[in-house]
Amino acid sequence: MTALSALMLRDMRLAVRVGGGALMGALFFLIVVVMAPFAVGPDLKLLARIGPAILWLGALLASLLALDRLFATDYEDGSLDLLMTSPMPLELTIAAKAAAHWLTTGLPLVLIAPLLGLMLNVEISATGALMLTLAAGTPALTVIGTIGAALSVALRRGGLLLAVLVLPLTIPVLIFGVAAAEAAITGPAPFGQPFTILCALSLMSFVVGPFAAAAALRHGLE
Amino acid sequence: MAVIDLANPTRFLNLVNRVLPWLAAATAILFAVGLYRAMGAPDDYQQGATVKIMFLHVPAAWLGMLGWSVMSVAALGTLVWRHPLADVAGKAAAPIGAAFTFICLVTGSLWGRPTWGTYWVWDARLTSVLVLFLLYLGVLALYWTAEDPGRGSRAAAVLTLVGAVNLPIIKFSVDWWNTLHQPASILRMGGSAIDPSILTPLLIMAAAFTLLFFTLHLAAMRNEILRRRVRAMRMTQAQEARA
Repeated sequence: MTALSALMLRDMRLAVRVGGGALMGALFFLIVVVMAPFAVGPDLKLLARIGPAILWLGALLASLLALDRLFATDYEDGSLDLLMTSPMPLELTIAAKAAAHWLTTGLPLVLIAPLLGLMLNVEISATGALMLTLAAGTPALTVIGTIGAALSVALRRGGLLLAVLVLPLTIPVLIFGVAAAEAAITGPAPFGQPFTILCALSLMSFVVGPFAAAAALRHGLE
Repeated sequence: MAVIDLANPTRFLNLVNRVLPWLAAATAILFAVGLYRAMGAPDDYQQGATVKIMFLHVPAAWLGMLGWSVMSVAALGTLVWRHPLADVAGKAAAPIGAAFTFICLVTGSLWGRPTWGTYWVWDARLTSVLVLFLLYLGVLALYWTAEDPGRGSRAAAVLTLVGAVNLPIIKFSVDWWNTLHQPASILRMGGSAIDPSILTPLLIMAAAFTLLFFTLHLAAMRNEILRRRVRAMRMTQAQEARA
């Protein structure tokens, strides 16, 4: 087994086992989406209109909450130091951790999105497209969040600081994700345009993110 | 004197003490000239005297972006060239740049109310400048929550470089998207589109704002160096009291 897959498996096992980080994100997503009709009222037409936006905001916030876990636990028990001094390049390590994090935290969000879409009166026919936009956009959220998590790992009062750092950088992902979802629901704007830009954002951030996060870890933990 | 000679804080402080009064005087003179010319500039045929907010709004916007550029160079100095005073430069520039961006947003909002009919609109230029302001707040949060100044500076330097991608987005937002905000009229292909009677006071005000930025920046760097010295002295004192 290669070091890369061993690291990914380790992270995935930890996420599923201890502290319930994996399903907690999905649970938070559910709660946020349930809160929305309490706030805006039960008018189904209005909910259908803002449904994609609520789903995307909920996915964004749920991703944000789970990011604390990414480096904090490893920093506390010393495995982060081991990972940083290992022969595997730190950028690759971070990419592997981000991939494992997305599989355990981002993917559940994508999978329960149809159920939540039902609660927000999103058209059934558009649910597939909605899942697709979330599947394309949540990796970007995870990787951009990795940068924030790396920046705040050494600072004790993490928490909200992480959100303040990450949220402005995720604005483009949010814009194109919602644009793609709404294009699928209401048309006539083409779905492909914002969707391909969303995929491009995910791919770009997956390349750039680990380098920025590695720089943040190296310099922040000196 | 090369930049590396200024790495010695004492030598840097001596230079600042010599230069700062002249810089402050030049700033005051340029502001006086700029404001006088701005008051004398003609009214716009459509907006009337409201157009004169531009003499505050546009330089403030430029300075907000200049602030982040200065921080980015300082960030490179911290991470790449390991210049000892680079993190002081970055930390000093952040609040000043944030203040100028805030002035830009507020004056623009007040200008928008009579001319566009709204205080705010979510078009590309306004949104990207608001994102710049949020990034400033994020960097300030990093500087303030770090107990160890050095570690916080390095993290803030990484965030500064990541956020620098927003600067070209702001500049070209009016070209790439359909915006309510006016398209580029000064730095564009084919030269400026503004009449010299308004362009000259604008450029004088921009120069005055720039000198103000560097005056405040050098003063803030001096304060930060002195602050760190006080901190070091306090910690030495605490150590000796214990021993």
